Amino acid sequence: MARPATIPDDGPNAALLRRDALRERRALLGLASPAVVLLMVVMVLPVGWLFYLSLIGEGGGFSMENYARMLESKAYGRIFMTTFHVSFLTTGICILLGYPLAYFLSQLPPRAATLCMLTVLLPFWTSLLVRTYAWLALLQRQGLVNTWAIDLGLWDTPVALVHNLNGTLIGMVHIMLPFLVLPLYAAMKAISGDYTRAAANLGAGPTQAFWHVFFPLSLPGLFAGALIVFVLCLGFFVTPAVLGGGKVIMVSMQITNNIELFFNWGAASALGVVLLAITLLILFAASRLLRLDAVLGGGH
Amino acid sequence: MGWLDRPAGDTQITHRQRLWLYVVAGVIMVLLVAPTVIVIPMSFSASQYLEFPPREWSLRWYENYFGAPEWMQATATSLKAGVLTMLVATPIGTMAAYGLHVSGHWLARHLFILLVTPIMIPVILIAIGVFYALVQFRMVNSLSGLVVAHSILALPLVLIIVGAALKSYDFNQELAARSLGASRLKAFLTVTLPQIRFSVITAALLAFLTSFDEVIVAMFVSGGDNSTLTRNMFNALRDQIDPTIAAISTIMIVVSSTALILAQVFGRAKT
Repeated sequence: MARPATIPDDGPNAALLRRDALRERRALLGLASPAVVLLMVVMVLPVGWLFYLSLIGEGGGFSMENYARMLESKAYGRIFMTTFHVSFLTTGICILLGYPLAYFLSQLPPRAATLCMLTVLLPFWTSLLVRTYAWLALLQRQGLVNTWAIDLGLWDTPVALVHNLNGTLIGMVHIMLPFLVLPLYAAMKAISGDYTRAAANLGAGPTQAFWHVFFPLSLPGLFAGALIVFVLCLGFFVTPAVLGGGKVIMVSMQITNNIELFFNWGAASALGVVLLAITLLILFAASRLLRLDAVLGGGH
Repeated sequence: MGWLDRPAGDTQITHRQRLWLYVVAGVIMVLLVAPTVIVIPMSFSASQYLEFPPREWSLRWYENYFGAPEWMQATATSLKAGVLTMLVATPIGTMAAYGLHVSGHWLARHLFILLVTPIMIPVILIAIGVFYALVQFRMVNSLSGLVVAHSILALPLVLIIVGAALKSYDFNQELAARSLGASRLKAFLTVTLPQIRFSVITAALLAFLTSFDEVIVAMFVSGGDNSTLTRNMFNALRDQIDPTIAAISTIMIVVSSTALILAQVFGRAKT
């Protein structure tokens, strides 16, 4: 850790040096101020504004009606259920697919690992819209998947793979998988091989060594990756909007509908506030269990 | 096939016992890459339906794209927004990463978490929040509104990447430069920055892509003459499967792969 501004506690001029060091610390902190100002103006203030709007009723006065409507209306309940349902399923499938892949990558020699890692990084860097479009092209009625499956005799008539929950899940898992694999891979790489070797030396078979030693050590990484995936899923918009075909309505889509179709800022803001509260709550709960800044690679 | 029976890891497990893992991982890797790659040949098809493999090759979808003023204008807007976002987010983010890393202030950790929140909270909130603010200032459909909003989304990436680079950088070098009389700024520019430049370049590339690929904010904030490419693509996708999108997708895949390769090459050069 860098400590350029050491704070002296004794000797001559200690008080002066101390003041000087503290001033320098503050000055260095000040380097972050353009970023903080930008964040305040573009994120904090507008979101605060939304919070205010959510408390304004249709009559123009202060009211809780936007929130009350959310509790009463079955439609809103269904939208939140769908959002959680899709997010849970996506996270679950990502864990099932991502864990073996990350483990495989972590076991490869460096050169091969770099090469195979490209298969995770390439989609990660490719536009989300492009990938969603690719799935739309592949999964449609006359798409490649249906054509090949029929040619191979897997099914006889085209199956509805898109414009429903299936398509949404396929697309979202594909988009989210790198977000799980990357932190999990980093966590697995940080596990010293000595532990598994020690286990083997003490007589554990490969299976035992994996489940009793390696797997528990990789859990924080898995948890971090799953958390990122889940939270990102909650706010997802593009993929369910394109691949869900109007059958999978998630919260962020309803927010858009409220604004674009009904011009109802109050309702949209209230939904947004609830979505934000859920997200922050999950992040907060998670931060009690693991150090979030360590997951994100920052801090000290 | 002698290698199959050799030990494969830290335990005595052999490659043969692990073959299933290789197959599973291989299939997942193919599934990760294939969908994007398959779009490329599809975009060269002469048919109006997306075919793979195409029965007849043609460049008509590319002609469609390059011949349409709307698409060209949208592409120009996206490129402008991407470059401007990169120019805003990279220096501001690098400054913040440096300041937060070096200052031992107790606030630094909290500020870091605050500054990376934009990647964790739903983008739709930022989108409608910024939209509402811009409506008040009558700045909707302006490029500047789009750029500030995109900069906020790119900032966390710059902070995380540059922050990680600073963590693995030996700060005594900068201290040495300063003890030899260089000012803090000069020491940073001539000693520290050259050593973390690959991370800064990677961060800049990602900042560009963040803006270039962004859909949701663009949907609300951009419009008219300042519609972005992704906004137009998204609107076209909701209507029908237009193969022109496949051509545009191919071009976007080339752009992002180039960025990725550049980042990898610069990343390699570090060691």
